[in-house]
Amino acid sequence: MATSIIIYSILVIALVISLAKSKEKTKKACKVATKALLKTAPALLAMLGIVGLILGLLTPQKISSLIGAEAGFFATITAAVIGSLTLIPSLVAFPLAGSLLRSGATVMTISAFITTLVMVGIVTAPMEMKVLGKKFTILRNGLGIIAALLIALLMGVIL
Amino acid sequence: MKSTIKKFRLPLAVALLYILLFIFSPDMAVRSSLVTWEYFLEMVFILPPVFILMGLMEVWLPKEKIQVWLGNDSGLRGGIFSLALGTLPTGPVYVAFPLAASLLHKGASITNVVIFLGSWAALKIPQLMVEIKFLGLRFALVRFVLTTVALVIMGLFMQAMLRRFPDKKWLDEGESLSE
Repeated sequence: MATSIIIYSILVIALVISLAKSKEKTKKACKVATKALLKTAPALLAMLGIVGLILGLLTPQKISSLIGAEAGFFATITAAVIGSLTLIPSLVAFPLAGSLLRSGATVMTISAFITTLVMVGIVTAPMEMKVLGKKFTILRNGLGIIAALLIALLMGVIL
Repeated sequence: MKSTIKKFRLPLAVALLYILLFIFSPDMAVRSSLVTWEYFLEMVFILPPVFILMGLMEVWLPKEKIQVWLGNDSGLRGGIFSLALGTLPTGPVYVAFPLAASLLHKGASITNVVIFLGSWAALKIPQLMVEIKFLGLRFALVRFVLTTVALVIMGLFMQAMLRRFPDKKWLDEGESLSE
């Protein structure tokens, strides 16, 4: 909700300024927007469907049972895979991670979950490819996985 | 017709999965559909203004200024500016993709765009608040520092790679968009 308020406020301010300066250019901006949105639409639809499939399968309870109890390397890898695959709002993800940590999961496992969750987006990749290109997306997410695992490893050692 | 099907082959494949799911595991199918519906409502509400903002950026942002602020020679200041832009309380990461594309078209460096996207997804201020509350200040602080370092290295590496092997297809499409 806060998100929408912020975005719509910025939009209204930007539109007012734009219209005051030039009607022509504002029209052109809307044309560019429509074109880009239509171009991205198939990727967006796919993304929506995939988010549902993954979150339907990986409910918070399921995630807990997968990475909560068993400690060690395997749980960390599982956490990284789940984090890369899912798109969970931070208001859901952090409380879940906190309770897993308290119930005995290792710092490394929880870090792997959080870092991959925020740095890697397999689900959003189709959309990222449409607007930023295939190479960019593959590089960014590929490097993101490596970086996230390294960060998790370091956090496990430090904390 | 054929090209339309080709364009929509990914969502069509997903739809097929849903049909199979409704046959073999109706419980999960219902759960998945509800999640998809929730995200659909969110995106229908958020994405149109985001794309209009992107259009406005394409039309109004002066290329020279963006090049100075976020371009290849913007140095440390450009990096810090990108990081700060990303931490602002805005929305989910898919909101940032069109804006990042726009910045790239306008001459921002790849390094800075990677930092911007990474900070948007991983270092958002409201998100950090939640993280501190549930995982502790130490956890959040260490993750913040390590992630920042990782993003800078990733950005520099990606810039070097994409300069040597540019994504020609993407560059051509970018030109057709702003015509």
